[in-house]
Amino acid sequence: MAFKLNVNGKVLEADVDPDTPLLWTLRDSLGITGPKYGCGIGACGACTVHIDGKPTRSCVYPVSAVGAAKVTTIEAMADHPIGKKVQAAWMDLDVAQCGYCQPGQIMAATALLAAKPKPTDADIDQAMTNICRCATYTRIRAAIKQASGQPVKA
Amino acid sequence: MTLELTGASRRELLKASVVGGGLVLSFSIAAKSEAAETAGAQALNAYVRVAPNGIVTIMAKNPEIGQGVKTSLPMMIAEELDVAWENVRIEQADNDPKLFTRQFAGGSLATPMNFDDLRRVGAVARAMLVNAAAVAWNCPAGECKTAAGQVIHVATGRKASYGSLAGQCAGVAAPDPKTVTLKDPKTYKIIGKSTPQYDTRKIVTGQPLFGIDVRVPGMLYATYEKAPVFGAKVASANLDAARAVKGVKKVFVVDGGTRLDGLLPGVAVVADSWWAARKGRNALQTKWADHPTSTQSTAGFDKRAAELAAGAPQTSLRKDGDVDAALKGAAKTVEAAYSYPFLAHAPMEPQNTTASFKNGKMEIWAPSQNPEPGRQLVASTLGIKADDITVHMTRCGGGFGRRLSNDYMVEAAWIAREAGAPVKLLWTREDDMHHDFYRPAGYHHFKGGVDAAGNVVAWQNHFVTFGEGEKVAASAGMGGTEFPARFVANCRIDQSTMPLGVPTGPMRAPGSNAIAFVNQSFIDELAHAANADPLAFRMKLLGEAPMVGTGPSGYNAGRMKGVLAAVEKMSGWADRSKLPAGTAMGVAFHYSHAGYFAEVVQATVAKTGGVKVDKVWVAADVGRQIVNPAGALNQVQGAALEGLSHALYQKITIENGAAKQSNFADYPLLKMAAAPPVEVKFVITDYPPTGLGEPALPPVIPALCNAIFAATGKRIRSLPIDTKQLAT
Repeated sequence: MAFKLNVNGKVLEADVDPDTPLLWTLRDSLGITGPKYGCGIGACGACTVHIDGKPTRSCVYPVSAVGAAKVTTIEAMADHPIGKKVQAAWMDLDVAQCGYCQPGQIMAATALLAAKPKPTDADIDQAMTNICRCATYTRIRAAIKQASGQPVKA
Repeated sequence: MTLELTGASRRELLKASVVGGGLVLSFSIAAKSEAAETAGAQALNAYVRVAPNGIVTIMAKNPEIGQGVKTSLPMMIAEELDVAWENVRIEQADNDPKLFTRQFAGGSLATPMNFDDLRRVGAVARAMLVNAAAVAWNCPAGECKTAAGQVIHVATGRKASYGSLAGQCAGVAAPDPKTVTLKDPKTYKIIGKSTPQYDTRKIVTGQPLFGIDVRVPGMLYATYEKAPVFGAKVASANLDAARAVKGVKKVFVVDGGTRLDGLLPGVAVVADSWWAARKGRNALQTKWADHPTSTQSTAGFDKRAAELAAGAPQTSLRKDGDVDAALKGAAKTVEAAYSYPFLAHAPMEPQNTTASFKNGKMEIWAPSQNPEPGRQLVASTLGIKADDITVHMTRCGGGFGRRLSNDYMVEAAWIAREAGAPVKLLWTREDDMHHDFYRPAGYHHFKGGVDAAGNVVAWQNHFVTFGEGEKVAASAGMGGTEFPARFVANCRIDQSTMPLGVPTGPMRAPGSNAIAFVNQSFIDELAHAANADPLAFRMKLLGEAPMVGTGPSGYNAGRMKGVLAAVEKMSGWADRSKLPAGTAMGVAFHYSHAGYFAEVVQATVAKTGGVKVDKVWVAADVGRQIVNPAGALNQVQGAALEGLSHALYQKITIENGAAKQSNFADYPLLKMAAAPPVEVKFVITDYPPTGLGEPALPPVIPALCNAIFAATGKRIRSLPIDTKQLAT
């Protein structure tokens, strides 16, 4: 059936079954491939998008549950006041190795900074539960600190 | 751009991507802007093109799996070409061994195999540009120098940009790479400078880079179900039930073969979306035929290993001196059995390939670490000439050795031909965990002795592994020269094997990621038996001779002592007695992939047994030149943290011939909250530069286990660490 979705400020239409996860609607129907598939069970966070600003694992979020909520993906982070700072810090510290999980990490980090502009290490530990198989955690932590204007330890 | 196509159906999007002219709408748009910038470029060789505006395009020859070679290998060319890095554009090469020789990601070999050759590629191109200027100016080439993309006549100061000269290089013979002069490393402007990954902006903005992001016109989506027991054939499947699912286009059984790294039997479901394909697959209710390996289990392997260890060894790997006599004469002896589990690679991007078969030609887009053997596998399996198969290399969402095998590539090629349409095959995470080439489990049975002065006088290891007779399973072998072999006069290393029906293969620092754990842990046991400082004990064991052995198996004890001394200093090892109760340091070192690594871990063990790693220190010697320091640091930190993940969490259990774990819920990986700081020091020595993807991983595991012993008095002899047993 047809769903009208508000994605990155535009109304897009997708003709999919109601149980289709938002991730696959974005990737296969709408061609928005920034959110990544990693596990399909909401365990790794590679598929993280914002739904009304809240970080959400789109691989386990059925498209039928989205309704009129605003979906924001990594593709729109350059226009997001916090997201663009996070992306800049990620580039400045050259966080990525393979880079596959980083869109999800950036979405999670942006949501964290929106809720807590100066997160502590404990805040970061609690909020950043996305898996980075390359284990770039040292730089992810540093980039969050940098984006929030806090001193960065190497 | 797809975001602006409000209300676009998938069909319209595909049409749009045809208009885009290339394989992927967004790929082709990005390619277009880069194409405009490099219009009219002149190729100087297979790697280098120079546009009139001075923009230089350099080909990245090897697969990028997160190890940074898409940036670091072109840096080598750019340095000797003498261009400004901001004027360099990097393009990923297709698989084309005729142009680019071996293209693979493995063995931490990209730097050692390419450092000389690629610098010479750059120097040859530079020499051609200098010659073109010399001809134009009617002067000897020796009167010219270069700087930042310009040839300069030294005496007159006359200048010509590479962009203006490149056109005059067409058809001019290139000098012999062996004859060109290379720069003095002291003058390097690019090599040795921290350089961000070329794709970093695309990564952080979510642009399509990976195999999973490929879209080709008319493409369908596929899933492929294989037997949990490796290689079992399809007994029955309800193909019609799958066909009845909305969106499913084709469902068929693939007979497949018996090679575990080839096309195995299964059922393919092809649909107009991947979700529809999965729903179709869920309806299959496939039954699998009996298979000889369906009774294999980890429990069975453990039992058989204990039986083999109790008996006479089957093969001798090394026999020096008289171990039995030395054990008898030792002041103290220690006996211990160690083991470690199978591991899955679990790269973040699940296996996938897009394949299109048209007019007898196969075109493939694959995240592969090893594309040429993949092309050959597709050729032999499908009966297509290799020359009719093109493999495009996409960025890989991790590799770690998993993508050295191309099973998913041959599956996609087969399914695409059968489906009569371009197909993107994507595995589920469960497929990935159930169909890996696992890091093999292993069993080591040690006896060792020390004399009253704290010297190791006897070392014996009966290694039980998988294989048939002397032939071991892939990545399940151990050389007879692994430290401390050759450093202990009485040394016996034996091996026994048992058969295995589980596919195994190389995983980041293969062999070493397990051998360092057992050897460096047992050395620690001997150090404690001798009442010695574990670091000083190791320093003594490394002896006075700077070099032991020659050739590929030569071991530079001097370099290892150098990194051990460095890590001692940086970690504050001497002051470790001041740490609070429950907190302690452990040390370990390991030589692999031509790199010398010594590491210290500080860990705290809670009364409940929970282990918190406080910090890791790494001292690394990979020779005289770190090509890209920022990338190098990232590799070492990531490798050390991955090792902690092995030690703390990871385990694949075989039950009823199949892998029991299926996803990150039961195969957890290290996350942020458990990731300690990792301090790294590169010890520069005058040896050729070597690779960094792997050798930092192995020592961290025994260093952690040795820290736990120092904190609790409890010795970790099997992985992953059972924290329940550490509770006090």
